Amino acid sequence: MSFLEYAPAPESQAILNLRSDYGLFIDGEFTAGRGAPFQTISPATEKQIAMISNANEADVDAAVAAARRAYDGSWSRLSGSDRGKYLFRIARLVQERARELAVAESLDNGKPIKESRDVDVPLVAAWFFYYAGWADKLDHAGLGPGPASLGVAAQVIPWNFPLLMLAWKIAPALAAGNTVVLKPAETTPLTALLFAEIVQQADLPPGVVNIITGAGDTGQALVNHPDVNKVAFTGSTSVGRAIARSVAGTDKKVTLELGGKAANIVFDDAPIDQAIEGIVNGIFFNQGHVCCAGSRLLVQESIHDDVVDRLKERLSTLRLGDPLDKNTDIGAINSAEQLARIRELSDIGENEGAERWTAECAIPEDGFWFAPTIFTNVSTSHRIARDEIFGPVLSVLTFRTPAEAIAKANNTPYGLSAGIWSDKGSRILAVADKLRAGVIWANTFNRFDPASPFGGYKESGYGREGGRQGLAAYLKPGNRPGQRSVAAPAAKPQASVTRAQSKSKPVARKKAAK
Amino acid sequence: MTRLAVPKTYKLYIGGKFPRSESGRVYEVVSKRGDFIANAAKASRKDARDAVVAARAAISGWAGSTAYNRGQVLYRIAELLEGRRAQFIDEIVQSEGLNAAAASAQVNEAIDRWVWYAGWADKYVQVAGNANPVAGPYFNISVPEPTGVVAIVAPQGAGSLVGFVSAIAPALVAGNTVVVIANETMPLSAISLSEVLATSDVPGGVVNVLTGSPAEIAPWLAGHADVNALDLVGAGALDWVDLQIIAADTLKRVFPPENGPDAATPSLDRITGFTETKTVWHTKALI
Repeated sequence: MSFLEYAPAPESQAILNLRSDYGLFIDGEFTAGRGAPFQTISPATEKQIAMISNANEADVDAAVAAARRAYDGSWSRLSGSDRGKYLFRIARLVQERARELAVAESLDNGKPIKESRDVDVPLVAAWFFYYAGWADKLDHAGLGPGPASLGVAAQVIPWNFPLLMLAWKIAPALAAGNTVVLKPAETTPLTALLFAEIVQQADLPPGVVNIITGAGDTGQALVNHPDVNKVAFTGSTSVGRAIARSVAGTDKKVTLELGGKAANIVFDDAPIDQAIEGIVNGIFFNQGHVCCAGSRLLVQESIHDDVVDRLKERLSTLRLGDPLDKNTDIGAINSAEQLARIRELSDIGENEGAERWTAECAIPEDGFWFAPTIFTNVSTSHRIARDEIFGPVLSVLTFRTPAEAIAKANNTPYGLSAGIWSDKGSRILAVADKLRAGVIWANTFNRFDPASPFGGYKESGYGREGGRQGLAAYLKPGNRPGQRSVAAPAAKPQASVTRAQSKSKPVARKKAAK
Repeated sequence: MTRLAVPKTYKLYIGGKFPRSESGRVYEVVSKRGDFIANAAKASRKDARDAVVAARAAISGWAGSTAYNRGQVLYRIAELLEGRRAQFIDEIVQSEGLNAAAASAQVNEAIDRWVWYAGWADKYVQVAGNANPVAGPYFNISVPEPTGVVAIVAPQGAGSLVGFVSAIAPALVAGNTVVVIANETMPLSAISLSEVLATSDVPGGVVNVLTGSPAEIAPWLAGHADVNALDLVGAGALDWVDLQIIAADTLKRVFPPENGPDAATPSLDRITGFTETKTVWHTKALI
């Protein structure tokens, strides 16, 4: 350790009451999957935590059928206020079991306990609390009076924020009156299965929430299931593309939250201490396993050296190690596969001529680890400035004028998020207007809130999660009289006004090729 | 002695200019009765790509104009269309075989839809955007912004003017620029409307009109990496699922085909469907 020596302060695992193996959660009960079970490990120790069931196509069928029965039989018939009450119950249960969930999350995912305890789990409760209140107020969701739920939602989530992504998906879906089948990521199924217990404790009608575990083929079977009305996916752009292809020609409504390569723009008048903290938070939060991570630092040329020196100094104080230690800043990389990708792209960065600097820190023997790394002398064509690394690796580029900063920031097929650091409000607003990204943080970074819509431009996907927009993603307009002619007298019986209502069924819907 | 008429040459509309197809190709446009009207340009892949370049170049100006200004420019289209009613009625009568009253009703509806959409330009942001009460000392606001370049397959068949207007107007309201494949068999309204656009303060490149075969042109646009969205409203007779699959490669936002007289009915959804919600957070001082 190069910085202050702290005594270990591990969070106790005694609060956990894990089973040795977990089934699929279908129709309110845990049942064994029909595929070959797999283990979930702690990425910090590579030790097995539990055995996890693997859902095959028949299991996916059963889960979707349970969700359909629950939709037809109970959930869609409940009043909005009762749906809301169930969600409030869930929010409270999450708060009651918060520490247990945080420990389980850090164990299974590798993220520092201070993040799972202070960010992930509190946001999970907030998400359910926020959408609980929407359930009986759908008329105000922006789709006109009496909007309708969609039906069964198929939801596939990534491993970087396992329980938080579950909340982003399930809370708005249930509030809007849909039932769900959710598949957590293969490497991080644990907290979703603990959540299934919470669903039981909340006494939700069976089948409203179904959780099936497995790998990519399970997710594919779920997304492609013909009885699914909504697909919500968070993950890589390549899988997002495959989903967009596979739902072509169907009526499935789709939300895709895909990759990013966010620019974090630092102007020379930025509040520099805050900016350094913001840059660190932007890319080293959650080991950089964040789709909206500020992985491209665009720093004004005149302050480049100062910023890089301060960054190196700050990174040297970060503590890497046991995710369950309360003093840990950088936890474990989630999987061997992800570690290999980070290493590969970092090596490419070096080979392409960028200058690599890595914080000095002791790397534990077991587990998957990658020390915080900065690349300087990066040009816009380098792979490390274009590809999503999804790890604790920051690429530093420079600019001279705001126009150059904007051009470089937008020079990517992605468009999920961006950061701006400056003391000048008028410049921040002008630059924010011109950035092609769905979330812009000014003088802050990586802030999330259930009231705040999140989602991308361009190849970062479409649809929004959070806020009123995130609710609308699980609704369709209700039946209402409309107008075919904009000049028609109001009293005359009219056709329909909304696009969704007015469009007649396409003549030749056919199943997509793939 | 009867006067010998002067027929019009119908061309493409790209970047504010009226070129022939670079390919030199044309196809015959005939009246409802089958009489020859004109040789329309049959757009090529190069024409489609030129149109996308023009549309991309026009975005910053159009999306960057004030909403008030955009509303006035769109309203001016209605004004000019009103002044050219006779020409559009004639062309509709000729190509669609309608009587003058029905053609006149269609022109009225097209004008009224421009007026309706023009009024949305400085309002849709207020209706579709909102302030967000986040739990912390932050100013946080969500606003819709234009998606970018929108490729459109205009409604085919009868209703050649109102269908064309209904397809392009909503995309323009938000500040998108469009490349639109016109009604294949009845392209006169689209081309004449281009002449209206060219003289009505709509900057060159904001609307680009390709005539020719939608089946041939649409895949080029669906696969073009610099096109952000695809409106298949008039693609019902094409292999549109394949177009949607091609569009998935670049994660384009896609509207499905619509058929019948209700196709592209005026709606706020048609405006917001090709917008992106941008959420901006800004710190507030703790005082």
